[in-house]
Amino acid sequence: MSSWLEQAPSLTNVLHYSLAAVALLLVVLGFVTYAIYFERKVIGWMQLRPGPNRVGPLGLLQTISDVTKLLLKEDTRPKHADKALFTLAPILAYSPAFAVLAVMPFTDTIQFADLGVGVLYYIALSSITVMGVITAGWASNNKYSLIGGMRSAAQMISYEVPLVMSVVGIILMTGSLNLKDIVYAQQDVWNIVPQFLGFIVFLIAAQAELNRSPFDLPEAESELVAGYHVEYSGFRFAMFMLAEYVYMFGMGTLIVVLFLGGWLPIHPSLDFIPPIIWFIIKFMFYVFLQFWLRATMPRFRADQLMGFAWKVLLPVALFNIMLTAFVITYQNGFM
Amino acid sequence: MDAVYANNYVIVAIFLLLGVLLPVASVSIIGPMLRPHRPTPEKQTTYESGNIPIGDSWVRFNVKYYIFALLFVIFDVETLFLYPWAVAYNQLGLFAFVEMCIFIVLLVTGLLYAWRKKVLEWE
Repeated sequence: MSSWLEQAPSLTNVLHYSLAAVALLLVVLGFVTYAIYFERKVIGWMQLRPGPNRVGPLGLLQTISDVTKLLLKEDTRPKHADKALFTLAPILAYSPAFAVLAVMPFTDTIQFADLGVGVLYYIALSSITVMGVITAGWASNNKYSLIGGMRSAAQMISYEVPLVMSVVGIILMTGSLNLKDIVYAQQDVWNIVPQFLGFIVFLIAAQAELNRSPFDLPEAESELVAGYHVEYSGFRFAMFMLAEYVYMFGMGTLIVVLFLGGWLPIHPSLDFIPPIIWFIIKFMFYVFLQFWLRATMPRFRADQLMGFAWKVLLPVALFNIMLTAFVITYQNGFM
Repeated sequence: MDAVYANNYVIVAIFLLLGVLLPVASVSIIGPMLRPHRPTPEKQTTYESGNIPIGDSWVRFNVKYYIFALLFVIFDVETLFLYPWAVAYNQLGLFAFVEMCIFIVLLVTGLLYAWRKKVLEWE
């Protein structure tokens, strides 16, 4: 894939890239289908029940039948909703979730765009999702939607600040925003060891960004019905769900690249295992952690939620930046 | 090198386009061929737990959201300054460290002020 990058841009190349991007899209959709299946299965096992097991062998076709059902359902739009914004919101929520994958290095060779500003690109695009949420909440003209959308937006922007700041420590150590350079810099030791504080902040803030438990207040079904997507039905609703899981895919790859050494093996002696397998193992571990947390943690209380981001995570992230900068200066002999 | 640069952004454009294309195609082109469309006035009412909705929902809501948005803007801009500083840090040395200490202390003062003013409490 990297050899294509060096050729002059031409129509055939654009076609190649498009086909590769469609292939990645199919991989991501396959991931989403079976991530939902495994989520239900794993949580089922943790609660001592079998989970989905009726549609197809072992219930493997459960998600596919769910998606088909959503496709065949009528798409209602409330009379009082803002028509244009109501249509726009699912697109705004989904598009950035997929577009961030353009810069992700899965291995040394399997990568799409090799941007010098990789981290910045990810962070800039992923914050557009908030727009989709707030637009959906507003356009529905529904009281639950509006409150749910506002809460979601407040939560997502509050946790974005510590999320973005926890990465600064890594950039200090690497001296580059390029995701490939960040992986190469982890040859000796993964970033999770020297940047443990940053890792913890990133992990917690990422949960809140993804709206997953224990931060799933936006979808608090017991108090807000379903939050910002109450009025959405059929495939528009499916787009919001899809965006959530594609975003989880993106966050998983990002956390593997930033903190867990990307495609690098645990120990150099294990490098006979192909790099993509290493990447998938680490990525799967993160995805499993998500399901595990969902089965374990109770939901945060709304009044504790905002305080936690500003009073705990933000100071810790700032402290981590100063500490990292100090240690680097110390190692350089206060030059 | 220029070709690599151009190609990278071609790929980014393709990803953005594909990201828009999937929801548009599935909701507006493929969807209408498959799903029924029989709107009734009851179906199109706004959901309010089965009751007839009272009034409009575009009403005033808690001002706290606005204050959090302001705080977010301040700290996000700060992060924008931290990124180039972090990239160039190894070339700048002790001088950059001291400067950023001053910058962060100023911002933490702002955070502490908001904290004391009970902006960070919810309700």
